Amino acid sequence: MASADSENRPPEAIPQAVKIIVAGGFGAGKTTLVSSVSEITPLSTEEVMTEASYGVDDLGGVEEKTTTTVALDFGRITINPDIVLYLFGAPGQDRFWFMWDELAEGALGAIVLADTRRLHTCFHAVDFFERRGVPFVVAVNRFDASADYCREEVREALDISGEVPIVMADARDRESCKEVLVELVTHVIQGRSPAMSG
Amino acid sequence: MNTSEEQRGTGWTGPAPGRPTTGPFPRRPAPSWNRGRGHPTSEGPSAGVGDAPAGSLVRPYTMTRGRTRPPTGPRLDMITIVVAARDREERALEPEYQAIMRLCRRPISLAEISARLDIPLTVVRVLLGDLVAAGDVRTRASAPVTRLPEKKVLQAVLDGIRRL
Repeated sequence: MASADSENRPPEAIPQAVKIIVAGGFGAGKTTLVSSVSEITPLSTEEVMTEASYGVDDLGGVEEKTTTTVALDFGRITINPDIVLYLFGAPGQDRFWFMWDELAEGALGAIVLADTRRLHTCFHAVDFFERRGVPFVVAVNRFDASADYCREEVREALDISGEVPIVMADARDRESCKEVLVELVTHVIQGRSPAMSG
Repeated sequence: MNTSEEQRGTGWTGPAPGRPTTGPFPRRPAPSWNRGRGHPTSEGPSAGVGDAPAGSLVRPYTMTRGRTRPPTGPRLDMITIVVAARDREERALEPEYQAIMRLCRRPISLAEISARLDIPLTVVRVLLGDLVAAGDVRTRASAPVTRLPEKKVLQAVLDGIRRL
């Protein structure tokens, strides 16, 4: 028997999902940021890639291939009944770069979390989003022991253009993380204004 | 008994050595894919994450009969939302499909299915592809990869975040 509890759902009620990528170096606080704003305890999923990536149709003889498993943490924010926002923490280490293309596809934008103690760990993320044309903001996660740098020092160190917003943030603080998200989405909307299609 | 026969290696359909089959489909006695993994973080590989040994990769793919790609159908990415189709007669499905169907009673993303069942994304993609092909679940027609969300969607997201 079909379950009765699903009978009164209108057939078109499938929400649209959008996603934001949270990138940054190892230990920059990506998962902390996701936890701060997510309505669910962040979930962890994993992707398995073979050496030949998606070019593999079957796994016959897979023992011979190099495989990599990468864990992805993500959270969810239900915007309204029709829109769900997902926040994906991008894997920080170089060997997990194969995931970034898939993560970036169709992404609304990205947050690059910078740890001023190890600013170089987010260089790759900045490069990637610039190259792909994915709009992003830099959020400087303030750690207790971190030296206080001003925005312009960070901008110079990261060599990013004046249009890219840089915000000071505390990944543990929900309000602070909301501000980062607002900054990003505002930046995305502004960037879209000249050639609006929708 | 006929353990040797079971171990003969008949491709994916063979159960793990020494495990009995109970019906037309090989069934693993315990859903090892559903055992949970604790809560690793993306801050790097925790136990069991990283360069997994081939053995732990092959096992999940027994669910897909070795396929790494779904049958032709709608594009299924991490945030594709799926929901169980109504007016479908309940039919006997293998446990992995049943578990997915249970989660799909409400709209749910592919990534969440993967996380909640502890099945890798690629495997969920194949299994969902089967369910879509059979008409058991529906997906929202996803926008082309290159198309970004419309401005009204962005504005709704902005308003939604402010309301948090």
